[in-house]
Amino acid sequence: MSTIFRDYSSSDALQSDRSSGDRLRHRQKVRDAIRDNIADIVAEQAIIGRSRDTIVKVPLRGIKEYRFVFGNNDARAGQGKGDSQPGQRVGKVPQPGDEPGDGEAGDQPGVDYYETDITLEELIDLMFEDLELPDLERKALRETISHAATKRKGYRKVGVRVQLDKRRTALARVKRKMVLDHPEQEEGEAGEEQAMPETAGEPTGGFVPVRGRFPFVKNDMRFRRRAEDTDYDSNAVVICMMDTSGSMDQQKKYLARSFFFLLYQFVRTRYEHVELVFIAHDAEAHEVSEDDFFHKGESGGTLISTAYARALEIIDQRYHPALWNVYAFHCSDGDNMPGDNPRAVKLASELCEVCNLFGYGEIKPSGYFRDQDAMLGVFKALKAENFQAIRIGDKSDVWSSFRNFLTRDKAGLTTVT
Amino acid sequence: MAVPWTLRDLEYWDGRIREKVAEFGLNCYPQEFELCDHTQMLSLMAYSGMPSHYPHWSYGKSFERQKTLYDHGVSGLPYEMVINSSPCIAYLMRQNSLALQILTMAHVYGHNDFFANNFTFNHTRAELVVETFKNQANRVRAYTADPSIGIDKVEAILDAAHALSMQCRRNPAIHKRDATEQKQAAMAGPPNDPFKSVHKRPVAQTPDLNRVPLEPEEDVLLFIRDHASNMPGWQKDLLTIVHDQMQYFLPQIETKIMNEGWACYWHRTIMNSLELPSEIHMEFLVRHNQVVRPIPNDINPYHLGLKMWDDIVRRHDEPSFDEIEEMQQSPQAVSRPSGREAIFHIREVDRDVSFLRRFLTRKLMHEMDMIEMEPEGDDLIVSRVSDEDNWKEIKRTLIAYTGMGSTPVIRIIDSDHGGNRTLLLRHEYDGRELLLEYAERTLRYVQQLWGRRVVLQTVLDDKEVAFSWDGSDFEQA
Repeated sequence: MSTIFRDYSSSDALQSDRSSGDRLRHRQKVRDAIRDNIADIVAEQAIIGRSRDTIVKVPLRGIKEYRFVFGNNDARAGQGKGDSQPGQRVGKVPQPGDEPGDGEAGDQPGVDYYETDITLEELIDLMFEDLELPDLERKALRETISHAATKRKGYRKVGVRVQLDKRRTALARVKRKMVLDHPEQEEGEAGEEQAMPETAGEPTGGFVPVRGRFPFVKNDMRFRRRAEDTDYDSNAVVICMMDTSGSMDQQKKYLARSFFFLLYQFVRTRYEHVELVFIAHDAEAHEVSEDDFFHKGESGGTLISTAYARALEIIDQRYHPALWNVYAFHCSDGDNMPGDNPRAVKLASELCEVCNLFGYGEIKPSGYFRDQDAMLGVFKALKAENFQAIRIGDKSDVWSSFRNFLTRDKAGLTTVT
Repeated sequence: MAVPWTLRDLEYWDGRIREKVAEFGLNCYPQEFELCDHTQMLSLMAYSGMPSHYPHWSYGKSFERQKTLYDHGVSGLPYEMVINSSPCIAYLMRQNSLALQILTMAHVYGHNDFFANNFTFNHTRAELVVETFKNQANRVRAYTADPSIGIDKVEAILDAAHALSMQCRRNPAIHKRDATEQKQAAMAGPPNDPFKSVHKRPVAQTPDLNRVPLEPEEDVLLFIRDHASNMPGWQKDLLTIVHDQMQYFLPQIETKIMNEGWACYWHRTIMNSLELPSEIHMEFLVRHNQVVRPIPNDINPYHLGLKMWDDIVRRHDEPSFDEIEEMQQSPQAVSRPSGREAIFHIREVDRDVSFLRRFLTRKLMHEMDMIEMEPEGDDLIVSRVSDEDNWKEIKRTLIAYTGMGSTPVIRIIDSDHGGNRTLLLRHEYDGRELLLEYAERTLRYVQQLWGRRVVLQTVLDDKEVAFSWDGSDFEQA
């Protein structure tokens, strides 16, 4: 019996991506694993302030393939380099469950991933997949043209060459032929001759009809029609306000920054154009650059109301609520001058009127007095649906606080708990 | 660099190789070669070379991993991918050079002969393999498509079944006693002792004939399939499929060293007898040495296997003085076979464990610098080298991890432990402890399939311990 050789066929190769379904399923598992671990990732990864293309390493649990295996504390046999002596150090202990892979699959438990690479972009998409902005309504006035392009819209008989649709053109010709052939089936030739005069002045010019041929005519041509297509989308501005008084140290600033980062990235996923405004305040408020906002040294006392006043001023001048979705968030450690509180609450309620969402985050790393005179208590007086006050204790709180920030009022509106 | 080749060249060289195969007396299944590109090869690797295979995400993971390693140049692709079927199917990568194709074909004939003749492969029904796998794939796909089952449920069962698939009997050639035979054996009492008069009389014990299983059971999946309560038919079928596939792959796990060594021995013998053009021969030598070189701190089955087959041939054809003396003392001294006769016999009747035990000599171990390593903190330290005092110890360690030896033996002791249908499993401790994280997770899978509490007995730090998992609480007793 002779050996059978089956040659390579590229069409088979294109069709035979048989692992695609399983790969897709595996990727879904990876995504699920990431989603389950997002709180840890946000807490541990220095993703804050990185560019969106940055690749982060994400630890994965839950997609390991478990079996009964031996631990790696026992002696193993192997081959030395030829002059091994007892006591010699020859390498590192392999990871648990890690077996040397080889060509013949199916005989070894595979090496498990311990982490996977993912771009920050993907991670952010995953993080925000199931979150919604509470007040994400599109108001007609706020709409601006965000995207202008053309898209296909039907067919027509005239057009430029590149838009020629060959399939439809051919179909049109076949139809015409059938129409011409059908009534006088016996006189096929006559039908053909009828068609011929039409070809006379065609671009195929100089064409001499040959018996049995049925050429294209201008009327057969079908061109794709393209039409202007406009998308409308809304603009948003995120106003970040931060206390830079003497009591805001680097750690508190880092927490605030994490929160602003999440907020900005989230708003970005929902709007086409997002602008950022940074307002730093101690006893007075200034609009500053992003860099200054996070890195400027801290000093002075605290007058929260100045920041709100400044924010209102900026909204009034540049981001009219009729045209912009405004999201404002303020981070502070809550050490406001007591005399400023009533004014702060008043301005905050004014802010609530112009903003889609206004939030206040009180940063209280553990070790601070819980009962210290804080703004959280003061803001209880503020009754506005789109106002949220939250507390951030340490970095593991950032993600849960953020989720609460975006979901709490929805829950409050829909269910009475 | 590579010599361009066509299918004609492959057919020509295949003809030449087949002449040699016949001349050397290899007894092969019909052979089929299929040309593929590297993406197809990656896919084939993920599915163990099977033309069709049921879907499961772990194969996607395996593909991604291989692809990542390949794309980053960490590992190349195997030259050969051959499956145990009749006709024997092997894949050739079209990007490879002619020399590599010839080498691969010769190597594949070695595997083919091994599949066709080694006793461990007897039960694999090579002529039905491709159809069987296809049929299993269709069944799994049908369950996935069934609206009352769906992919999530199928996946959950397959995940659990995969975790337990290696917990099966290791030697299908040994007859497994069914329930009736077990009962008869239990009732028969202890075997007749010819030295009754000198032995202490054993205390008579009434066998508990109601216990299921009567004898500790190693086929965990099959036992759960047959004894779990209320398991729907499709779940039983999935367990059967996973079990059957493992039975098919078992011989390959159990004969890795012999099989690869055998294929290397024959590709070398065939290639050297083909009178190859010099540039092809040079490339062959380079590739051959890449494949059979030792891997430091590890075991390369290609290297070890080839060394051992060579050594067996040498001992029969050109034995040293000591070896002649040794052989004359052995009972088979009268009819000493030639080297070739001896290896053809051995490739039929041995598996890796017995192969190493019988033919890995101290001299060979010393020559190969076999060592034993123990972890010390994060470092591996050489604990033994193959000298007079230690070589047997090293050999024991090596054999302990050979083939299925690297999987712990877990047996089902009782399916009604404590009278409440708790499944009792015992890890047969042989000095090696289980990796706890993995044991805990795997135990959850047992519970998931069994549906009630499961208990695993094992030994940790020289103390007997039992872990129990009832679906919500993990307890250690």
